[in-house]
Amino acid sequence: MMTPAGLQQRSQLLQAIRGFFLGNDYIEVDTPQRLPVLIPESNLIPFASEDCFLQTSPELCMKRLLANGCERIFQICHCFRKEEHGRLHQSEFTMLEWYHKGADYYDLMRQCEALFCFLARQCAELPGVVDTSTICWKGTNVSLAAPWERLTVADAFEQYAGVDVEEALRTDMFDELLVTAIEPYLGQDRPVFLYEYPLERGLLARRSAQNPKVAERFELYVAGVELANGFSELADPQEQRFRFMEEIDQIRLTRGLDTELPQMFLDELGKIGTAAGIALGVDRLCMLFMGVTDIALVLPFSFEEL
Amino acid sequence: MYTASDLRKGLKIQIDGEPYIITEFDFSKPGKGQALYRTKMRNMITGVQFTQTYRSNDKFERPNLEERKMQFLYAQDDEYHFMDTTSYEQIFLTKEQLGEHLNFLIDNMEVEVLFFGDRPIDVSLPTFVNLEVTVAEPWAKGDTSGSDTKPVTVETGFQLQVPPFINQGDKIQIDTRTGTYITRVKE
Repeated sequence: MMTPAGLQQRSQLLQAIRGFFLGNDYIEVDTPQRLPVLIPESNLIPFASEDCFLQTSPELCMKRLLANGCERIFQICHCFRKEEHGRLHQSEFTMLEWYHKGADYYDLMRQCEALFCFLARQCAELPGVVDTSTICWKGTNVSLAAPWERLTVADAFEQYAGVDVEEALRTDMFDELLVTAIEPYLGQDRPVFLYEYPLERGLLARRSAQNPKVAERFELYVAGVELANGFSELADPQEQRFRFMEEIDQIRLTRGLDTELPQMFLDELGKIGTAAGIALGVDRLCMLFMGVTDIALVLPFSFEEL
Repeated sequence: MYTASDLRKGLKIQIDGEPYIITEFDFSKPGKGQALYRTKMRNMITGVQFTQTYRSNDKFERPNLEERKMQFLYAQDDEYHFMDTTSYEQIFLTKEQLGEHLNFLIDNMEVEVLFFGDRPIDVSLPTFVNLEVTVAEPWAKGDTSGSDTKPVTVETGFQLQVPPFINQGDKIQIDTRTGTYITRVKE
């Protein structure tokens, strides 16, 4: 259970995040958390809630809002993912998502830089903030001054793991190498955008025009902690449907479950046009700015305390 | 059976027919990737440690472990014999298996013996034991060395630091987890 002082710090960050987006002409939305159908993702296990599911992210509803005329929207909400528990994971956690029509994933990277610098200025007295452009986590100073490092997934595998990324995918070692050999070294001096993910690792991301093997997707790392996942949105309903079907097959194969296609989402997807969206873990952001190394310590209550 | 999502620090699992205890555990999951369960574990028989990363579909058997209350009877060569106080069954553990427990083990002591199947693999001693001091230098009154402890040897041969007023023949209480002096025991 957090102390009143800790809750005050968390509240300050939440207010500052809202201030950033409202100040940049975004509107705050609060979409339903209990949904009859989810985006099929084989690596996320949802909680059932009667005849519905608790959302694993607000992506589905927020993109439908985008398709129906919204230009810039953000949301801070709780998401639920079964069997995720650790120093950086809780089954129920707080997500910040924002979507921007007309933008691509490079725009989102610049928005991340601006958001963090804004937060450091607004919340300068938080324990993890050294000065208005530096935070300190686990004894490491991370400079927030833009531009941050941009590193392709292929280069990261080459540099840190000494392995060709195609080879890592073929041998099913992609995730394991990423977690053990690469992530711990990312974003130690300044934040890193790991970008250009292999196409099969970007379920809802647009294929890169320059390199058809990769998706326009990135992950943001600060001090070895993965904080955000953003991408240029795939807006082609046929392509998206095909990728969902593959994912549904995978879920049937690994968990023996039949999963429904999010048909209304697919029906409206074509209306999104050019857009980009990103999901950022608010609890992890609190950990960085509050100088805390266990997620349970930045939550009003961790599950174990209920 | 356990699945990977049951893994946590302190859990005992069976791999290739041997019992292991998880000594370190970390859940990780790269963005939109698969869950990875990173563990460090110790073989409960050999003591060998290793690290291993598991995935969601990995499964583990529960080791058949049981603790039984037993009494230490005697040592012969490198074998230390214990008796189940209800069934009178006798077993032994080796000097190597007992390791540092030997510092505190005396005849007739009641301990918990851990069995893997029908094989004894470890003991847990009582947290506090009372042992007799067999060697102690007399307390030199007027000692100005400023030292507030002195070394003594107890009946098992174990040496530890105690306050200067402890004499040969005294019984002292020792914490078996740390090997430190707690208090003098009057009998």
